[in-house]
Order: sequence, then C-alpha cells, then structure tokens
Amino acid sequence: MDLQTTIYLFVGASFALYIGIAIWARAGSTSEFYAAGGSVPPVLNGMATAADWMSAASFISMAGLISNMGYGGGLFLMGWTGGYVLLAMLLAPYLRKFGKFTVPQFIGDRFYSKSASTVAVICLLTASLTYIIGQMTGVGVAFSRFLGVTSEMGIYIGMAIVFAYAVFGGMKGITYTQVAQYCVLIAAYIVPAIFISLQLTGNPIPQLGLGSTMSGTDVSLLAKLDQVVVDLGFGKYTTTTAGSTLNMFVYTMSLMIGTAGLPHVIMRFFTVPTVAAARSSAGWALVFIALLYTTAPAVAAMAKMNLIRTITPGVVMQNTDPYAADSQIKYDERPDWMKRWEKTGLLKFADKNGDGRIQYYNDKSKDEAFKAKAEAAGWKGSELTVNADIIVLANPEIALLPNWVIALVAAGGLAAALSTAAGLLMAISSAVSHDLVKGVFAPDISEKNELLAGKVSMAVAIVVAGYLGLNPPGFAAGTVALAFGIAASSLFPAIMMGIFSKKMNKEGAMAGMLSGLFVTLFYVFAHKGLFFIKGTGFVDMIGGPNAFFGITPEAFGAIGALVNFAVAFAVDKVTKEPPEHIQHMVEAVRIPRGSKAVDGAH
Amino acid sequence: MEDNSKGYWSATLGLLGKILVIWFLVSFGAGILFAPLLNGISLGGYPLGFWFAHQGSIYVFIALIFYYGHAMGKIDRQFDVHED
Repeated sequence: MDLQTTIYLFVGASFALYIGIAIWARAGSTSEFYAAGGSVPPVLNGMATAADWMSAASFISMAGLISNMGYGGGLFLMGWTGGYVLLAMLLAPYLRKFGKFTVPQFIGDRFYSKSASTVAVICLLTASLTYIIGQMTGVGVAFSRFLGVTSEMGIYIGMAIVFAYAVFGGMKGITYTQVAQYCVLIAAYIVPAIFISLQLTGNPIPQLGLGSTMSGTDVSLLAKLDQVVVDLGFGKYTTTTAGSTLNMFVYTMSLMIGTAGLPHVIMRFFTVPTVAAARSSAGWALVFIALLYTTAPAVAAMAKMNLIRTITPGVVMQNTDPYAADSQIKYDERPDWMKRWEKTGLLKFADKNGDGRIQYYNDKSKDEAFKAKAEAAGWKGSELTVNADIIVLANPEIALLPNWVIALVAAGGLAAALSTAAGLLMAISSAVSHDLVKGVFAPDISEKNELLAGKVSMAVAIVVAGYLGLNPPGFAAGTVALAFGIAASSLFPAIMMGIFSKKMNKEGAMAGMLSGLFVTLFYVFAHKGLFFIKGTGFVDMIGGPNAFFGITPEAFGAIGALVNFAVAFAVDKVTKEPPEHIQHMVEAVRIPRGSKAVDGAH
Repeated sequence: MEDNSKGYWSATLGLLGKILVIWFLVSFGAGILFAPLLNGISLGGYPLGFWFAHQGSIYVFIALIFYYGHAMGKIDRQFDVHED
C-alpha cells in the first residue's frame, strides 16, 4: 500500500472513532454538557486532561525547539509540567469543592461581584481565543501536508469535525473523545522515538537511550553531541541556557503559573466525582503528559544528532576532521527525505561557497577561534536552514521507518490539535453562555435555552477561530506566549487569593487582575506591537528590548502575577473586608466534606 | 469545631509548604540555579543538572502530586472532614 493510502486509512479510522464516541456520549443536561455530569473517573479524566493540554505545539513544535535550544529548552519541559503541582495543590480540589461549572463563576461568587466575573470572562476569552487560533492553523498545516488538500480546505475539514463532536457531545462527548485522542497521539509520539533510540543507542527506551552510549562508539550520546555541535560553532548542547539564568528562571515560573491558570485546563477538574478524585486526577494527568514530555528531550537530541550525522557522517562516527574539505556530503547525494521536505519550503539549501557540499554550522558564532577555522575551511555561511517544526514530523522519515509509522504520526498530530481546540471551545462556550448570558443578561433563562445558547456560542467560536486560522492577523507566533501571560498574570493570582486569603475583597481582586493584565500586555505590546499590529511597538519607550532585567516578553507573565498580588494586597488593606457570609464560604471551600455534584445554580 | 477547622487548615498549609520547597528545589534549584554545579556529576550518560532540567524534575513532580493526594487524605480523616 502506498504512503498516501495508508495515511487516509489511519486518519479516516481515527476520525470515525472520535465521532462514534461523541454519538455514544451525547449530553442531555447542562450538567452533562458543561461538566460531564461530574462522573468521569480520575484516570480517564487525567488522560483527557493530558490530551486537552498537549496541543499541536507540544506535539509538533516542542521537540524541535529543544533540539535548537539544548539545555535551555528544559524550561518548556519543567514549566509545562511543574504547573500541575500548583494546580493539584492550590486550585483543583478547592474549585471542585466549590462545585460550579466555570472559572468566572467562582471569581464572581467569591468576590461577590458581577464586575469581577466579567473581568474574568474577558481574561478567559482573550487567553482561549488566542490559543485556539494557533490550533486551527496547526490543523490546517497538518491536513495540507498529510492529506494533500489546501491549507484552507484543511481548516474547513477540521472545523466540521470539531463542530460535530463538541456541539453534540458537550463536555461528556469531548472528554471521552479526548481519551481516544490521547491514545492515538501518545502512540504516534513514542513509536518512532523507540525505533530511533534503538538505532542510535541500542536501548529501546528513549528516556534511557538519551543517557546511553552511542552504538558503535564508546562515548555517551550527549557527550558526543556536545562535541559535534561545539565543532560547528553552536553552544554546548547540555549547558546552553535560554538567555540569562534569570530569564530562564522567570520564563519557567511564567509557564508554570500560566499552566495552572489556563481555564480550559482548570475546567477539567469540574468533571470528577469528588475532591479526592480532583487531587489524584491531576497526578494522573501529569503521568500521561510526562510520557510525552520525558520522550521529547530524547527526540530532540537524537534528531539533532541524526541531522548532523546525515550531513557529516565521518565526523560523528569516525571522529574525522569536521573542517576537512570532503567531510560534508555532496548536495547531489543527499537522502530522499531531504528532497521531500525541500518541496515544502521548510528545509532549504543554498550553496553559498559553490563547492556542491552542504555546510551546516552556526554562522553567527562569536567565538573567534571557531570563526577562523570556518574561514580557513572556506565556509561562506550556513547553507542549510531547517524549520524547527519539521523535527517531529520528519523524524520517522529521517530514521527510514515504515509507512504505517508516518501515517500514525499524521493521525497523532491531528489528534493533538483537535483535542485542544475542542477543550478551548468548551471553555469559551461555557464562559459566554453560562457566565455572560445566564449570569449577566438573562438570569431567568431555562436550562434548555441555556444549553442552546451554549451550542450557539460554540458554533460562533468555531467560525471565529476558523476565520482567524485562515487569516492569521500576523501574530500567530506571539499568541501562545500571550495566552500564558494572561492566565498567569490575571486568573491564577485571583483564584489563589480567593481560596487562601479569607479577607481578600472584591476591590483588591479586581485591581489586582486588571493591573497584572495591564502590565503584562504593556510589556508584550511594547515588543510585538499594539494588539500585535506590526510597527506599533514602542520598545524604545521602555528602554530597548528586554529592558526589564533582560527578561523576554514571553517570560513576563510571572512579573505580571507578582504585580497582581502586590496591588491586590495593597488595595485590600485600604478597603473594607468582605462580608461575613463570604468568609464562611471560603471556610467551606477549604474542607472536602459536603462536596456534591457540580451544578450551575447561581 | 472552630479549633478543628483552624487545625485542619494549618496542617494543610504545612503540607503545602513542604511540597512546594521540594518542587522549587528540583526544578528551579537543581534544574536551573545549581545546574552548572551539578553538571560535574554524571548520572549514566547524563550530566546531573541537565538531567534534572530535562527528565528528573518531571518525575519528582508526579511523585509530589500523588504524595500530596495521599497525605491530604490522611489529614482529612484525622480532622474528620473527609468525604463519605
């Protein structure tokens, strides 16, 4: 069977499975629609949370980023997993005890204020919408690559599929579909990694393979990798940090807090039956996430090694001189997978010094000794550009794996993008129908009409997301950082103070959310342009790029969160304390006894 | 009951504090601040600091959450506030 037919078969079968599950798990009531009736067992909920969490970015881009960044890429690994410790201990069990459907509802009730709830809705919508645009773009790319349709067509197909199972199945349908999607995506990630680890180190477990010696040599894979990348003018793989140590520290913190504050992740903990289940469910989620996240560094390092070995086989295997004239392969003799990816434009070759061989090195190196060697060898700049996003997708081809593995990776990439898109749509739909329509505009709405409003707002959100996916407003790259920044600087501190400080009042919480959000947006917009419109940046006004102690805008969420806490406590000190019944409510939220199934009553 | 709920909350906060210290030490400590020092030690083929940043901290996070769930269950029962 040829590759294209195999891919159709794998992707088609996985879609049939998702839709079948959605039909089986149709939602009848608002409680089933928003919170799956509070009946999902912790292990399954953990799996669904993992699929919800791991987006196209985790699946497709992360290993490529780590591959380029080396040690510094660990900030994604630690940041996106460490947040679950915060979520499990500081938020999830208490929000489950509180027993309502949505994050804005908690903020509105705890801070006895419709305005606080509306501020939370705004934060939630901004974070979720920016995040979803990236997912739809990812769906488009994956479809066009693997199904041979245009990117637009890919987005339309993706919209139709998500619509089918999200609108009819609600949270219940989404949850069980995500369980299936998790199984597809994790198999698609790990199977090629096992093959590659076996080829390079003889150890089938990628997590151990990364720490093993290379087959056919007596040095460890990482030591070898350090040596060959340094020879090519890159920083040492195992020690190069992301910017300064301070920046890496703050960046990791931002991702952790942002993870714990993202509404579509928090919402998952409303679907378990008890407070104790909410605690263990976060642990299971992290187990399932860790399967991918501990494999990713192995995929990253091995892909880098494979790439360099492809270009300079002798240097890696026989320690020949990397600067010798015949050490790089001839362009005409490059392997087939390079030819295939050249067609997509994501891998490019330009013979700058005209010798017909591929020189791949860091031509921006500041190391004088290296620059002298490169010049002596007649190198005129790096001739190969490799887009980081192709690392995971091209991995099975680089390792010459069979067609069914490539088809599996295609189905996995789509599962990752679709599951996250569905979770985000759910968060958006519940915020609009439950917190805005029922909470603010029409408190007397019947359950049936509220359900209808939820489905309509989900349909609208899909169309908006699809439109923005088709016409990305030029800020696709900045959006994920913004989603995390907003969640970290506004929602996380507000929820946490709502639980851990009995005396925090509405004035403090609102001032905190708004100032945290404002500071973060200010810093991000200064670098990336006002609302990401190119040319409206005002980076000089704040004293140049990364002016705040060298911290990059992506890493600024943690600073925003600090501002949020500080302002909230300052304002809280000078305004009057919350009413008696609210303080009692906080006490009740803190203890597990008396937890009941979630409902939406205001 | 008032004392009981105060006792429960301070036991909870005590547990959270302990876990957060370990959480901080493995990721921000061993994975970032002390990584250069720890890289001198090797774990299999891994430099130790690099291992904490790319592998070890994640395993510790998982253990922390399950330990937390287990220990909270005990505290719940000790102060008689557990779910039925």
